[in-house]
Amino acid sequence: MPGIIRKYVVPGELIVDGKYRLGANVYASQDKVYSTRVGLAEISRGEVRVIPLSGSYIPRVDDFVIGKIKDYSAFAWEVDIASCFYAYLPAQAVFGRDYSPAQDSMLDRFKIGDMVAAKIAAFDRTRDPLLSVSGPGLGLINRGEIVKIMPTKVPRLIGKKGSMIKTVEAGTSCRLSIGQNGIIVVNGPPDGIAKAVNAIRLIEEEAHTADLTQKVEALLTGSGGA
Amino acid sequence: MTTLINEEGLRVDGRRIDQLRPFKLEVGVLRNADGSAYIEMGKNKIVAAVYGPKEVHPKHQTLPDKCLLRCRYHMSPFSTDTRKNPAPSRREIEISKILREALEPALILGDYPRTAIDVYIEVLQSDGGSRCASLTAAALALADAGINMRDLVVACAAGKIEGKIVLDLNDAEDKEGEADVPVAIMPNLNQVTLLQLDGTVTREEFKTAFELALQGCKTLYDAQRATLITKYFGKAEPPQQEAQESQESQEE
Repeated sequence: MPGIIRKYVVPGELIVDGKYRLGANVYASQDKVYSTRVGLAEISRGEVRVIPLSGSYIPRVDDFVIGKIKDYSAFAWEVDIASCFYAYLPAQAVFGRDYSPAQDSMLDRFKIGDMVAAKIAAFDRTRDPLLSVSGPGLGLINRGEIVKIMPTKVPRLIGKKGSMIKTVEAGTSCRLSIGQNGIIVVNGPPDGIAKAVNAIRLIEEEAHTADLTQKVEALLTGSGGA
Repeated sequence: MTTLINEEGLRVDGRRIDQLRPFKLEVGVLRNADGSAYIEMGKNKIVAAVYGPKEVHPKHQTLPDKCLLRCRYHMSPFSTDTRKNPAPSRREIEISKILREALEPALILGDYPRTAIDVYIEVLQSDGGSRCASLTAAALALADAGINMRDLVVACAAGKIEGKIVLDLNDAEDKEGEADVPVAIMPNLNQVTLLQLDGTVTREEFKTAFELALQGCKTLYDAQRATLITKYFGKAEPPQQEAQESQESQEE
């Protein structure tokens, strides 16, 4: 892509001087754009943004996340989505509008400790995130290996248009579900899972390096990884 | 009284009057913290750890519109010449407060409503100027934790010993000297977040001391930046010709 300027920045560092559209992790003061994170700044087509290299997961509406049921009340489950907020999965979102605590037993659906795949249905600054499990691929996760990575490394694991995830899946004959919160479920044959976990760890550690795809391919075609 | 500056104009540890003590910075030193940093400044050895943003406990302290920043400055019992009682002293409580207030303007706390960020600063070995060194380390730890910041914070002290304005007092100079001026700044925004004065100086001396402390801060800031860049990118130069394919994608 032509015309993209990149540089490494730390919080408070001046990225560019002038009027730009502000992307993620930047702020402007008197027509100067500064970074708020340690990361890679990108200036392209009038927009400035910073791809952060550290930090926790902040929910966004429509994100696919994987979480663990922590608690439940009469009306909702509390789900740990590895963020600074607990997410709520309302019982009505599971049982339907006519949910009644007297008739439906919440434990039939999700028990404490269960892993769920969900979408963030609603989230804003004033409220904890709400989850939804209606949709393909969402709901209880009953098998697979759970791997946790830093949420900032998730885009790298997915790759451009899913290229990296495809590489890993093809090389290990596994299926990966990647939550935007950095929790991943790997399904497949046991030796494939071991390989995939190694590949995920490699991607997490070397996320910022070039020719990562080649390194991953080398790991996957090598003798069992490890 | 001991002489703090000899005939050649050198100080007790052999420094010139406008020279910092040798320092070392590291980030990401603790595995369990969300962000951490370590600083050695002369004989100071300080670890800073950041936990958060996370949910607030006790819950009633929650702020509806922004994040609660909590700061603890603590000196280990073995950090001083004679054992220090580990219970927080008056001085430590005060320093905890001024560190929190010096870090607060640099953080964009409004981005994390109803959460808390804890900053723990542990002095493992103390020398003069530990509050400044602590701030420098704490800012690094916050950046390491990936918390949105307007700027880093960097701090350095200047002071007056035997009638001369000097940079970065050590323990002996702090105790025997006439004045100590700790200064913390946000270097890119050019704003002061901490300014204290212990002792007496004239207006002119204060001005000189302040300017000198700013010089010290600038030097430390360069080191802070270099430390973060080295930790995260492995090399101290910008990329520019990074392979196109290597860069981030959008969503699935």
